[in-house]
Amino acid sequence: MIESFLNIPIDKLIESAGQTLYMLSISLIFGAIVGIPLGLILVLTRNDGIKPNRPVYLVITGLVNIVRSVPFIILLVFIAPFTKALVGTRIGTKAALVPLVFYIAPYLARLVESSLLEVKPGILEAAKAMGASTFQIIRYFLLLEAKASIILALTTGTIGLLGATAMAGTIGGGGVGDLALTYGYQRFNNNLMIVTVIILILFVQLIQTIGNHISKKIRTHE
Amino acid sequence: MIKIEHVDKKFHTKGGIVHALKDVSLNIEAGDIYGVIGYSGAGKSTLIRMVNLLEQPDQGHVYINGKDIVNLKDKELNVIRKDIGMVFQQFNLLDSQTVYQNMALPLILLKKDKTFIEERVNELLSFVELSDKKDVYVSQLSGGQKQRIGIARALATHPKILLCDEATSALDPQTTESILLLLKKINQELGVTILLITHEMNVIKKICNKVAVMKSGEIVEQGLTLDVFSHPHQEMTKRFVATVINDTIPSSLVEELDTTYPILKLTFLGENTKEDIISEINQQFDIKTSILFASVNEIKDEILGILTIQIKGEEAQINKAIDYMKDNHVEIERVVLNHD
Repeated sequence: MIESFLNIPIDKLIESAGQTLYMLSISLIFGAIVGIPLGLILVLTRNDGIKPNRPVYLVITGLVNIVRSVPFIILLVFIAPFTKALVGTRIGTKAALVPLVFYIAPYLARLVESSLLEVKPGILEAAKAMGASTFQIIRYFLLLEAKASIILALTTGTIGLLGATAMAGTIGGGGVGDLALTYGYQRFNNNLMIVTVIILILFVQLIQTIGNHISKKIRTHE
Repeated sequence: MIKIEHVDKKFHTKGGIVHALKDVSLNIEAGDIYGVIGYSGAGKSTLIRMVNLLEQPDQGHVYINGKDIVNLKDKELNVIRKDIGMVFQQFNLLDSQTVYQNMALPLILLKKDKTFIEERVNELLSFVELSDKKDVYVSQLSGGQKQRIGIARALATHPKILLCDEATSALDPQTTESILLLLKKINQELGVTILLITHEMNVIKKICNKVAVMKSGEIVEQGLTLDVFSHPHQEMTKRFVATVINDTIPSSLVEELDTTYPILKLTFLGENTKEDIISEINQQFDIKTSILFASVNEIKDEILGILTIQIKGEEAQINKAIDYMKDNHVEIERVVLNHD
């Protein structure tokens, strides 16, 4: 019944959803591992930061800007040689992870940077007055106070990342977005188009709801 | 206890160089509640930040218990800072955390264990009378409660010095009063030396035993609070004193005054207060005295009385009366009226 409506095997749909989740989660984890520290370094090394360092700040802010100015669809193919060197292939779901991390890490760096900048400078001053070391200021003051905001930043980043995974089909990455393009759009399968769009909407709703929930929980009562 | 010697500090801003501190020296002894007063931009914030080196001086020395802290390494400086509590105008508490979590922070930095922290926080909460707020989030507290927690947090490590950066400036007059009482209690019961900066003369009047007046990066006047209040030298100090001690003759009275007779401002200080001096001079000399203005002020637990009188009579008698009062340790100043 569902299969005749969609005109594709249901397994194909499940497989695509699985690929999307796979790309989303793995690239988010690696993106966060790279992006959060970068955001932190940007905040620490800026002129009015707690460890001002102009060269480091300029290099990182420059790199982040450069990578962010390349549209994802270009990034996918542009870094293909690097992708091959890293994961052994330039096509497929696994190969899509590398450009996805390149895409999301600098984005997260900027989002985390703005979350951390929301922390009132007075709190850092109080931390210094208490005799906290730089590491202690980061751990016990900066990250603690920005935690809820960072969760929301990660949520925004994840939704942006979901959009990027739709383009992973270009290099054979698969996923729901690719399914919509190749089976839905190119074969004039409107039913499938609608269903895939609904699935993507549900993904976004789910991610945002979870993000809001965790952030609110941190903000009000732990 | 705190000694600031020839400290100089310039800030390079887009608008040019700001000379925030110009060769400032200050000596704060153990047990003092030392107040620094000045308008905003006078350099008081920079000055108080020299004591725990939140700002580095360009020149000069800062001694804490005889130790020059200016060129200490970060690690050594952090040890010193743990012995100096600081309270801020905007409280600077972590809004995302509970009262308990905020107060535990300085002790966590000292790597104290949980039971120790729990005990100390409870002790502090009862000292600032907020035991019932232990698990409340900071964002749910009123301004006065936030400042009490800020003070309690600053005291967590048993510091000998407490720095108050405009601690009452964001509070209403009633709350200010209660915070000042708390600071006084900290000074008296815990023996903590307090350095505070403020732009409110009322704060100085209530709790400070010593005061320094700052103007564009310089200390223009300093001394015991009672002395400065009773004998302000600088124009700026006089203006500050006038905000809490009124000594002006009501303008409706001024218009009717017969200025052929002298108008005198008498100042009675602490134990020299002699209430019946006016009736004594009226009896002993052939003069008539009329009182134009009178006020009695309490300054850091001492009395400062101000009396403005006009004496009518023959000049010789008037001069005798003045000499008599001077012999009785009353300070006399001739008042020159300014007609608008």
